[in-house]
Amino acid sequence: MSKAIITVVGMDTVGIIARVCTYLAESKINILDISQTIIQEYFNMMMIVDYSSTEKDFGTVVDDLEALGDEIGVRIRCQKEEIFTKMHRI
Amino acid sequence: MLNIFEVNETNQMIEQEQLDVRTITMGISLLDCCDRDLDKLNENIYRKITTYAKELVSTGQAIEREYGIPIVNKRISVTPIALVGGCACKSSQDYVTIARTLDRAAHEVGVNFIGGYSALVSKGMTPAEELLIRSIPQALSETERVCSSVNVGSTKTGIDMDAVRLMGEMIKATAEATRENDSMGCAKLVVFCNAPDDNPFMAGAFHGVTEGDAVINVGVSGPGVVKCALEQVRGANFEVLCETIKKTAFKITRVGQLVAQEASRRLGVPFGIIDLSLAPTPAVGDSVGQILEEIGLEQVGAPGTTAALALLNDQVKKGGVMASSYVGGLSGAFIPVSEDQHMIDAAACGCLTLEKLEAMTCVCSVGLDMIAIPGDTTASTISGIIADEAAIGMVNQKTTAVRVIPAVGKSVGDTVEFGGLLGYAPVMPVNTRSCEAFVTRGGRIPAPIHSFKN
Repeated sequence: MSKAIITVVGMDTVGIIARVCTYLAESKINILDISQTIIQEYFNMMMIVDYSSTEKDFGTVVDDLEALGDEIGVRIRCQKEEIFTKMHRI
Repeated sequence: MLNIFEVNETNQMIEQEQLDVRTITMGISLLDCCDRDLDKLNENIYRKITTYAKELVSTGQAIEREYGIPIVNKRISVTPIALVGGCACKSSQDYVTIARTLDRAAHEVGVNFIGGYSALVSKGMTPAEELLIRSIPQALSETERVCSSVNVGSTKTGIDMDAVRLMGEMIKATAEATRENDSMGCAKLVVFCNAPDDNPFMAGAFHGVTEGDAVINVGVSGPGVVKCALEQVRGANFEVLCETIKKTAFKITRVGQLVAQEASRRLGVPFGIIDLSLAPTPAVGDSVGQILEEIGLEQVGAPGTTAALALLNDQVKKGGVMASSYVGGLSGAFIPVSEDQHMIDAAACGCLTLEKLEAMTCVCSVGLDMIAIPGDTTASTISGIIADEAAIGMVNQKTTAVRVIPAVGKSVGDTVEFGGLLGYAPVMPVNTRSCEAFVTRGGRIPAPIHSFKN
């Protein structure tokens, strides 16, 4: 399994999760976990995904999601999991 | 499993607190490029660098994109050129051809600096090493990306005062040779005592002769992250303060370790070390001076600065060593004046003096760094400054360095502009009493008594 973390931050609006999930489904990226909070009208979502089945280059997925975020008006980041596990787990 | 707060913490460090990996530096040995024929030597050097480092920049960019962590610089360090060019170079001009080759190779592979136009002369100079040192002003004025360093002393050997005297002259000559450009050449020239073989940071990086054929060294950064963490513990006691710095340094270093391992794996080059340095930039919120102020100083340079820096340096190391399997290089806090907005401000208003900076170098990882001094400062005074720094390094068994810029045509109150990460610096006053008779004695200062450990 190859895990990545997708974070979405921005003003809440209809269909953010749907748009992201559609892209992930089309790209054969499996969602393992979603957590979400809204802090002062700001939408804050984190997804843990498995990208081992995707045929797309990981860098392309990063760029596609960033572009999708620009379209919706939110900031979407997709990062390989290790940067977080290295920092927060011994 | 990771939670949203941990993920947000990391991303906040990157997006708002200027967390980055400062440099991936590929060290390349050029010892196997040696040839008696100068043209052949240059060709060998160019071919080896451009082959080994071909994918360095693109690999760095791919890691940046996939992990979402900025990697600010991709750089190369090479074997000290005085050794590589020894049998082919019969004049300083010959050495300059190698500098041009290094510059060309740096442009070809897209790195912004290449270090190693260096000589290690801590006990004495061979004729070849002296030729290289004498070629530095021309080499730095005719190239863009080449960095030069000279090691003039060590705890084990003492200080080569002939080299110290010569370097005073070469710094002046380099300033003169690059006067059109605010004496920029001097920003690419460092004089060391106890220079490490595996330092990834410029301008002092070179690939030591104790190293293998090629190696990946990584320099982390993150003063902004430490500053933000300390904002949360204002007024707390030293135990809390130290604990906070340690934890933050650990997190920063883990990112560096990840990047280093990835770069090493993808490039097929062994991982060398992580350099734990807190390296500031002129960007707002990326300042070591600001950390010292957050610790409790009204302005950096005030009484207490040296103690605060000692504490910071030590905690950074303590947090960092556990985060990486191999720590090396300089590892500590950097205090380059021109690259740190709070240091610039303190120097400009007279709160931070050269003498205070000298005291600070006793407890931080490097030395007098990126300091602009009046253009009429004499070569012997610069040699005196170098000797003082080298003495601190020699006696305290640590690396010290001098990177001063005697800005031609400028005096106290003027500003020198370097641009980019090198920033700008107010010209600082220098004690002008002569030390000519001291630096011209000739010979070397013996190694200190505590170096005899065998």
